[in-house]
Amino acid sequence: MTTAVSDRSSKPMTTVWHRIFGRNPLGLLFSAPYLVFVIAIFAFPLLYSVWISFHDFFFAAPGAKVATPFVGFQNYITAFSDPRVIQSFGNVGIFLLINVPLTVVLSLVIATALNRVTHWRGFLRFAYYVPYLSASVAVVAVWLFLFSGTGLVNQILGPLAPNPSWLINEGWAMPSIALFVTWKQLGFYILLYLASLQSVPKELYESASTDGAGPVRSFFTVTVPGVRQATVLVLLVSTVTGANLFTEPYLLTGGGGPNGSSSSPVLIMYQQGLQQGHPDVAAAIGVVLVILVLIIAFLQNRFAGGRD
Amino acid sequence: MEHVRMSRFQTVLRGVVVGLGAIVFLFPFYYILIGSLQRKPDPSVAGAFPNPANITGENYVQINERIDLFRGLLNSGIFTAGVLIGTLIFGLLVGYALAVLQWRGRGVTFALALLVQVVPFQLLIVPLYVLIARDYGLADNYLGIILPFFINSTAVIIFRQYFLQLPKELFEAARIDGASELGVLWRIALPLVRPALVTVVLLTFIGPWNEFLWPFLVTKEASLQPLAVSLANYISNVAATASNPFGATLAGAAVLAAPVVVLFIFFQRYFISTDIGSGVKG
Repeated sequence: MTTAVSDRSSKPMTTVWHRIFGRNPLGLLFSAPYLVFVIAIFAFPLLYSVWISFHDFFFAAPGAKVATPFVGFQNYITAFSDPRVIQSFGNVGIFLLINVPLTVVLSLVIATALNRVTHWRGFLRFAYYVPYLSASVAVVAVWLFLFSGTGLVNQILGPLAPNPSWLINEGWAMPSIALFVTWKQLGFYILLYLASLQSVPKELYESASTDGAGPVRSFFTVTVPGVRQATVLVLLVSTVTGANLFTEPYLLTGGGGPNGSSSSPVLIMYQQGLQQGHPDVAAAIGVVLVILVLIIAFLQNRFAGGRD
Repeated sequence: MEHVRMSRFQTVLRGVVVGLGAIVFLFPFYYILIGSLQRKPDPSVAGAFPNPANITGENYVQINERIDLFRGLLNSGIFTAGVLIGTLIFGLLVGYALAVLQWRGRGVTFALALLVQVVPFQLLIVPLYVLIARDYGLADNYLGIILPFFINSTAVIIFRQYFLQLPKELFEAARIDGASELGVLWRIALPLVRPALVTVVLLTFIGPWNEFLWPFLVTKEASLQPLAVSLANYISNVAATASNPFGATLAGAAVLAAPVVVLFIFFQRYFISTDIGSGVKG
């Protein structure tokens, strides 16, 4: 009896409470640490980065108050009147032109083949994942060895080997990095396509085969449209990965060499911002890079995403 | 009959192509091992096969003299463990809240978890460096290394996906029996999503273990550097002075790559493609 009374009296309180926070306010409490994390590590730094790019900002001793006057687009002008910065954006353009199409085609073809393979299934999949799972730093070491002037690759190629060798050749440095990253990341995209292939209805293949379509025809008429959503994701993730390029030019080509032909915007951000102490100019480069990535992602979504 | 022969041919062809591809993908790892055991670097084609006359463990000793391998592994382990703890506690809580509980802000939180995955992390290096290394004074500090990776957003989405698959009645019944929400999560939901835990541990593990740029920026003190950072510094600075720089570098690479490869060989059956796919697709 008493419980019924107390229930009735507490009801208006709980409705207000529920109206503000939802039926299980505890959800907000459970999520609070994550929300704080996202705000502190992603949202705020993102805005802070835009703020820095419009101010004269430099590193000061911790706790010291220094003036950081608003300078408009000055940092952007400084950044993009530097030919090395322009070159680094061009380099990423070359990288994306090689890496993205190669990634989409190879990962879809390999995933389609792996999906049908019945023997050694686990081992084969694992083989393709290993590069993705391993540290860039570890695999860079072996690529340096393989692609050096007297390395195994050139020994096999003999007179066909480029001179100077791959990673110290102005024309080949960036394509070599693009190939390296394609190889390194492919396992992840194969994984995405394998997941997506499971949702392509089997009947579509059967009816295509009844209509007399061979494996190549049914690949283009059934598989490719069937995994379109995964393709949009692969395009997006590989573009973002390309824009993030740092470790490979830093280690494989000794800091974006030769003559800056393999430098990347993030490498320049590191060199200018943190090594030479111009975080404001580096932030400006970062903001432009994000905007470019967003534009590319939008266009990809528009043209590859279809209407669904 | 013609049709059957055709498809048999296709099956064989497919097997050969996929097998050759797998060899291309695995070869560099085999080569890390071979190269790390060579007394004198032999880049010739014959050098790709083990030669008993040219085998030595000397490279491992040499790299260990330049960079303290044990210290590096320990630092990588601390970095990775920190991220795993953050992800398994707080990531699990959000995943549960997103899948099971009705609360205001749920949609926004889920959207944030998806968005975070497309924000190019490297672009945050300048503000994060200013904040963490300068303002908070966390340079050369484990906390400063761990902080930006503390909760893995992909893990949050995988947890949510798994909790969504559990029948709602299960939770209702437990609540009617008087279990607290944490009790429901701990005693009812968690035991049912054990495969998700393995997937999340594997997936989260490779992030910090392999990460180079961030720990490289915030650790100048060698005794605090994860192995990826100290090996990279060795590659870019010291390699020129070692008697067999390639052998020593590859020995370091083998030590860095081995834990992840071994971990995945052991838990491979848990690393199911569909989990990751659904995790990334949301």
